[in-house]
Amino acid sequence: MIEIKNISKSFAGKTILKDISGVFEKGKPNLLIGASGTGKSVLMKCIVGLTHPDDGQVFYDGRDFTGSDRDTIIEIRREMGMLFQGGALFDSKNVEQNVMFPLNVLTRMPWPEKRERVNFCLKRVGLENINSKMPSEISGGMKKRVGIARAIVNTPNYLFCDEPNSGLDPQTSIVIDELIQDLSEDLDITTIVVTHDMNSVMGIGEKIMFLYKGEKLWEGNKDDITHSGVKELDDFVFANKVMNSLREK
Amino acid sequence: MIQEIGKYFIFLGQLLANRETFKTYYKLILDECISIGIGSLFLVALVSTFMGAVTTVQTAYNMVSDFIPKYVISQVVREMIVLELAPTIIAVIYAGKVGSSMASGLGTMRITEQIDALEVMGINSISYLVLPKIVASLLMYPLLVIVAGVCGMIGGYLAGTLTGIITPNDYVYGLRSSYNPFTIQFALLKSFVFAFLVSSISSYKGYNTQGGALEVGISSTQAVTTSVIAVLIADYLLAQLLLAK
Repeated sequence: MIEIKNISKSFAGKTILKDISGVFEKGKPNLLIGASGTGKSVLMKCIVGLTHPDDGQVFYDGRDFTGSDRDTIIEIRREMGMLFQGGALFDSKNVEQNVMFPLNVLTRMPWPEKRERVNFCLKRVGLENINSKMPSEISGGMKKRVGIARAIVNTPNYLFCDEPNSGLDPQTSIVIDELIQDLSEDLDITTIVVTHDMNSVMGIGEKIMFLYKGEKLWEGNKDDITHSGVKELDDFVFANKVMNSLREK
Repeated sequence: MIQEIGKYFIFLGQLLANRETFKTYYKLILDECISIGIGSLFLVALVSTFMGAVTTVQTAYNMVSDFIPKYVISQVVREMIVLELAPTIIAVIYAGKVGSSMASGLGTMRITEQIDALEVMGINSISYLVLPKIVASLLMYPLLVIVAGVCGMIGGYLAGTLTGIITPNDYVYGLRSSYNPFTIQFALLKSFVFAFLVSSISSYKGYNTQGGALEVGISSTQAVTTSVIAVLIADYLLAQLLLAK
């Protein structure tokens, strides 16, 4: 479980996040949604420590992350896996080396065991026999899946996904969403997904936090989102023509 | 300016904090050595051979008195190559080739979130990415300077003897006469300092890239200009400290 308390962040005098608090639960995907520029990615970066919040605290299963020394931060980070928007695969390494990377650097696992683990993770994300391909030789959807395989190879307790569906076709998006949901449930990990894709929201949104202009305006799940009574959320949800036509029906 | 220098020293301080195991760095350093050393060898050899040749021709052109023995040409060539051309001019070329490559490589890693990926894994990205580059530079650049020195003298020999400016015997005699071993020590000391400056400044510029592809290009250019300025300042300071009488 990840808990955030009163997170605030400004850049060059402009407030990006205002006093955001919330709890991200274990065993299911927790979605951070909102229009572009509302601070979703900044909030995620504050949670993983890539950006330091001006105010507020982040707790990983009760362990204070923001106020800790570097050793504790590194210890907690070694329990994290993260899927970046563009995959963030290392260009100079092939698929196998990319997925094996955390095992190489952070563990002393013997090579055959590492190879087995890598193949297991690649199979888990639906990719086989592409171990020797370079990132430049695979599609965007495959990159995302390799990114997920790399994120889970070290059996993390916390999984973060920054816009996992951006730039993907609807079918691949569904595959990625289902994969994230299955992994969260099967591995019983705390997963946070930043997205503005309504298909994802309606597909895997078991816990949703809606951000608007840097503030948390609503929290709930996919069953409640269509009748939240929050105008800004309705504007966001029903901006999608499919969702709008469903509402009219 | 002062703020930037402060950030650079903080960056250097991070190099040795929370390091990974020696085994992790070993392969990275080897890879960097191959990329830096072998990758630069042809250019360094080519440039230094022509530098030696041009130095020989120009020295001969400027020696208007017949009372000056011919072997002085190769003495001048030796001193110029060992003291200045090999360590310093090659450093400028090194900054242009290796420095810009380091900055653009790290800059691209930054804008494509590869550095963030390392940080999230709990790896000190500065130490993991930059330390091998600096160590490899410190190992390879002095060797490149030695290669440049040898090639420069061979270039001078070829230009001098093939055009009849100087006889082979005079050239070799000139190279060996009044030899002061300190000049070699001085050149190697300079090469370590320049290697550190070019690799650390270029890495700093690349690592701190913000924005997109355009900014990667800007970082790469800044890496070269800043490294070259630092090399020239260090060159003067070292000469003043160690050679001034």
